[in-house]
Amino acid sequence: MNEYKDIWVFAEQREQRLMNVSLEILGEARKLADKKGVKACAVLVGYGVKGLADELIKYGADVVYVIDNPLLKNYTTEGYAKVIADLVNELKPEVILYGATYIGRDLAPRIASRLHTGLTADCTGLDIDENGLLLQIRPAFGGNLIATIICPERRPQMATVRPGVMKKAPKDEKRKGEIIEIQANIKEGDIRTQIFDIIKEAKSKVNIEEADIIVSGGRGVGGAEGFKLIQQLADALGGVVGASRAAVDAGWISSDHQVGQTGKTVRPKLYVACGISGAIQHIAGMGNAKTIVAINKNPDAPIFKVADYGIVGDLFKVIPALIEEIKRIKNNEMA
Amino acid sequence: MNILVFIKQVPDTNEVKIDPVTKTLIREGVPSIINPDDKNALEEAIRIKEEYGAKVIVITMGPPQAETALREALAMGADEAYLLTDRVFAGADTYATAKTLSKMAKKFDYDIIFCGRQAIDGDTAQVGPQLAEQLNIPQVTYVKEVEIEGDTLIVKRALEDGYEVIKVKMPVLLTAIKELNTPRYPSIKGIFEAYREKEVKIVTAADLGVDPQEVGLKGSPTKVISTTTPETQRAGEIFTGNVKECVQNLVQRLVEKHVI
Repeated sequence: MNEYKDIWVFAEQREQRLMNVSLEILGEARKLADKKGVKACAVLVGYGVKGLADELIKYGADVVYVIDNPLLKNYTTEGYAKVIADLVNELKPEVILYGATYIGRDLAPRIASRLHTGLTADCTGLDIDENGLLLQIRPAFGGNLIATIICPERRPQMATVRPGVMKKAPKDEKRKGEIIEIQANIKEGDIRTQIFDIIKEAKSKVNIEEADIIVSGGRGVGGAEGFKLIQQLADALGGVVGASRAAVDAGWISSDHQVGQTGKTVRPKLYVACGISGAIQHIAGMGNAKTIVAINKNPDAPIFKVADYGIVGDLFKVIPALIEEIKRIKNNEMA
Repeated sequence: MNILVFIKQVPDTNEVKIDPVTKTLIREGVPSIINPDDKNALEEAIRIKEEYGAKVIVITMGPPQAETALREALAMGADEAYLLTDRVFAGADTYATAKTLSKMAKKFDYDIIFCGRQAIDGDTAQVGPQLAEQLNIPQVTYVKEVEIEGDTLIVKRALEDGYEVIKVKMPVLLTAIKELNTPRYPSIKGIFEAYREKEVKIVTAADLGVDPQEVGLKGSPTKVISTTTPETQRAGEIFTGNVKECVQNLVQRLVEKHVI
């Protein structure tokens, strides 16, 4: 097992553009590699993607392995799994990180199963322990617990990391690294799925990830009707509407509003949680907000433990009063 | 055509409670359900059966009480049900789970394997792809639409910003998302048949012919070394009582801190 070294990241690109999460996990890989005294390497797979290698070096990669082949132009499970698993068998990295995107979550388990190694999904934290093992930290049981997971006896140790959790390293234009081109050993018959078409759907108007103010509703909002009240408060504050998983699963609001472990990770200046109990699955997505306000009728709701300010009360009474007070203050400012 | 559907019985997560001392799940009194994405997988299998004719075989691994989930699946319209239950299966991570399920799948001549995208108790989305790899068949995950043309499936796979249209020959493994369909409720007749006429067959490690070292906790590459309840991050100021006063206090603080 000692022959395994270096920390790799799967540098996911789509249409020759790197995904943000790839740079985030590269930033994390850089830290882990420094802690272990090994190299941070990026694996870049696609067609006509060599030009992206420099970018990866500037964001912290010591080595970029480029696997460039027309058969790898679009992501396919089998095409990408084959070339990456082959490279792993040849070069033996100790750790591989993937972004937990719709592609990363399709690819990483396929590779893990082929290599007979472990994989931890959707990590929110990573570290190296005193024995040099990768500590993989993730919420469990609907987010009510935080579990630390290791893969002691198989290599490589693999994890997917959720987008928006790790930080990119600052871009260093002068950073030097090595670019190594790898010949892909792949033929058409290796890929049994055929992509017919890729359809882009109009990007949703809600972009909660970039909002400064988010007002979110949960189970306590009671229904789609209740979200109108959440919208009114968001309007009064100049923010956007977010939602907990419970509200999205109930069908009260669309999933592009969802904040949490299975939704989006947000870092607004102000996050107002209304009728949200505060399972860690939710907190994983909003715990880094600068200021958190909770409105909940249950004084024991866990959301109050992460809130800077809270109001214990019925949101259908509190929110209208809050809207009125905000309007009063804003009118005074203008006067 | 044979369709295998792998389902999981899960606690209804919104009701999960953690023992603050032992940090383990309190299972007493927690209702169990068929994992939601798995129900979409099952619905699609039954829909295909109704449209094209197929045998739907539903399989789960779990404790003896997971039989309830299989009875529900039979009531919805599955033809056969198998419960993989054995002490040596306990504590399996996704790798060991997929390995065990693959041994079961190999007992059938299947055309399509359906799984749910992910289970709400683990949220990993790993077992489907890991199972497909163990069986050396192609996979399509995040499936939101399925059409059949002869021996080929045309499926829509959801992406963050749209979807792909993928053509794939059977046999294939698909993982379902909730956009795929709306699962039916079992009919009275279906419930009657599920309990009176259909059978849930029990399968043990010995029946599968698996080495106990390869399954369960022992066959799992990953180990959970610690669990903690989430730490309190902020010492908040909580207002209670008169709504108007609460709201005024809150807005005052937010204005003082230049938040609004």
